[in-house]
Amino acid sequence: MSTPVLGAERPVSSSSAAPTVVRRTGIQRPPIERFGVAVRTAFLVVGALLFLMPFYLLIRNALANRREIVGLKFTWWPAELQWTNFAEAFSSANDVPMGRAMVNSVIVSVTQTVLTVVLAAMAGYGLARIPFRYSKLISGTVLATLLIPSAVTFVPTFVMVSSLGWVSSLRGLIIPGLFSALAVFLFRQQFSDFPKDLEEAGRIDGLGWFGVFWRVVVPNTGAFFAAVGAITFLGSWNSFLWPLVIGQDPSSWTIQVALSAFTTSQTVDYSQLFAAAVIAVLPVLVLFLALQRFIRQGYESTGSTG
Amino acid sequence: MSAPTVVAPRPARRGTLKQRLLGPQNRNLWFWVFVGPFLVGLAIFVYVPILWSLYLSFFDARNTVTPTDFVGLDNYKFMLTDPAFLSSMGTFLVFAIFIVPVTFAFGLGLALAVNRTRWFQAFFRSAFFLPAACSYVVAALIWKMSIFNGFRSGVANGLLGVFDIDSVKWLSVTTPPWYWLVLVTLRLWLQVGFYMILFLAGLQRIPPILYEAASIDGAKPGWQTFRYITFPQLRATSVAVLVLLLINAFQAFDEFYNILSNFGTYPPYARPPLVYLYYVALGSQQDLGRGSAGAIILAILIGLIIVLQARFTREKKS
Repeated sequence: MSTPVLGAERPVSSSSAAPTVVRRTGIQRPPIERFGVAVRTAFLVVGALLFLMPFYLLIRNALANRREIVGLKFTWWPAELQWTNFAEAFSSANDVPMGRAMVNSVIVSVTQTVLTVVLAAMAGYGLARIPFRYSKLISGTVLATLLIPSAVTFVPTFVMVSSLGWVSSLRGLIIPGLFSALAVFLFRQQFSDFPKDLEEAGRIDGLGWFGVFWRVVVPNTGAFFAAVGAITFLGSWNSFLWPLVIGQDPSSWTIQVALSAFTTSQTVDYSQLFAAAVIAVLPVLVLFLALQRFIRQGYESTGSTG
Repeated sequence: MSAPTVVAPRPARRGTLKQRLLGPQNRNLWFWVFVGPFLVGLAIFVYVPILWSLYLSFFDARNTVTPTDFVGLDNYKFMLTDPAFLSSMGTFLVFAIFIVPVTFAFGLGLALAVNRTRWFQAFFRSAFFLPAACSYVVAALIWKMSIFNGFRSGVANGLLGVFDIDSVKWLSVTTPPWYWLVLVTLRLWLQVGFYMILFLAGLQRIPPILYEAASIDGAKPGWQTFRYITFPQLRATSVAVLVLLLINAFQAFDEFYNILSNFGTYPPYARPPLVYLYYVALGSQQDLGRGSAGAIILAILIGLIIVLQARFTREKKS
């Protein structure tokens, strides 16, 4: 039937499968093969350096002065590290309310992540496990929304939110994004693969539907919750189009909108801009590296950026 | 016990209306407790808005969400003949022609290299995947100010300076349209790690026995095994990657907006569909009627890509 964008041919966690490399245990490699290894390694090293370079530029700029960023000469490293950039970027004297934007972003992303995961996990479990006559029909309806690209719905959703009077409010930022059909679909799949015996055991011990879900299923699928949560958080923190549409008043800007306003405004203090950008990126980078395994598994099972 | 019995003894055939609604062991009730909140939200924030937009698309709805002026198909007619709309489709096509094959090739190449390397595999994988955590806004900032700025302090012009080539104004000239280089490299950097992860997962699903068999049959490692084993085995992944690349390119907005708009105005060229839609629906006119019509046209186009992909994959499987 209707497959999601990526044919999820297999459930998660196939990554433990044996590596495909047929490793040669011989001591001497033929010259042609050694040449291949050299080319591959060089490709990887140069590539990795290129890919990490933008992060280096970001940090360098955050600690540099204006001339070192957009001057006439390339600077490898600031002559004098300007740590004050960070304090100045978030000072209240700024035209753009960076501190407020940061707080908004934290509130929006955390709330959105927690609520999205709770709503989707509950719905996914209900659809996977609780027998109901119209369960199939409802699943089909939820799946159908996967065909509607999220970005295109910004006009309809704006119509809705503005008639509710939620423009320029945190409610307007958070609530419309809570209902992810993709997350429900993933949870439903995950819970369908959950061993029924465990749930039966819980039921015999006197747990009801919610008890089984909360005490048996959730504790045993923690990694999956982490994956969906991490991906939701990333998407929420980095999202730009919807916060731009809804944030018509600077007090409701998220950090991305504030950075963008800074970037496209006339009087830019480049150093402060980059300092703010570092603060906006660093926490997510740390989180990303820490949860990388879960994020990868999540992406592998969805194949969608969400 | 004198307490009133809450649960009546089960009747022989059909229960009362209440019992039938609740189902055996209150199953129906629990179903709605679990699924209800999500469904209500989905209805209010996805289905109702879409229907409302469909309604608006037949009206002259400037600055209002409750229009009265029915215009039939005029909004659709306007959108489909608007040169700006057509040129946004052209912009998407040009962007897709660059970004889809380039990202596909690099994603696959990186996956093959990372999969086979024995040194620092985890490091390389993280290095290529890390940009996926960065937002387009921050990436656009770096690209605009530090890589492709017009001076020698930008990495690109600094590099040209090493070879004594004149500095290029990457973003302020349209002939040649160097801004494409900026846009394509940015998206490539940010997205390719994600596709590499998909390809890596695909590679790990190929049974090793295929390679063993091929090597016994005398296939040379390298091009021959890639051509006849690896690539065919990655078919499902490849199709999915291509479709995702296309859909994501179609929905490009963040980097275009942040790289090209200056002082609050966007140049008339290089407007991809969503940027165009953004200015129609939320620009000075707030023309929600035409905006809705545009959103529906775009949704149908993307839906077509997905349906075609589903059909294509199914045919090949059977």
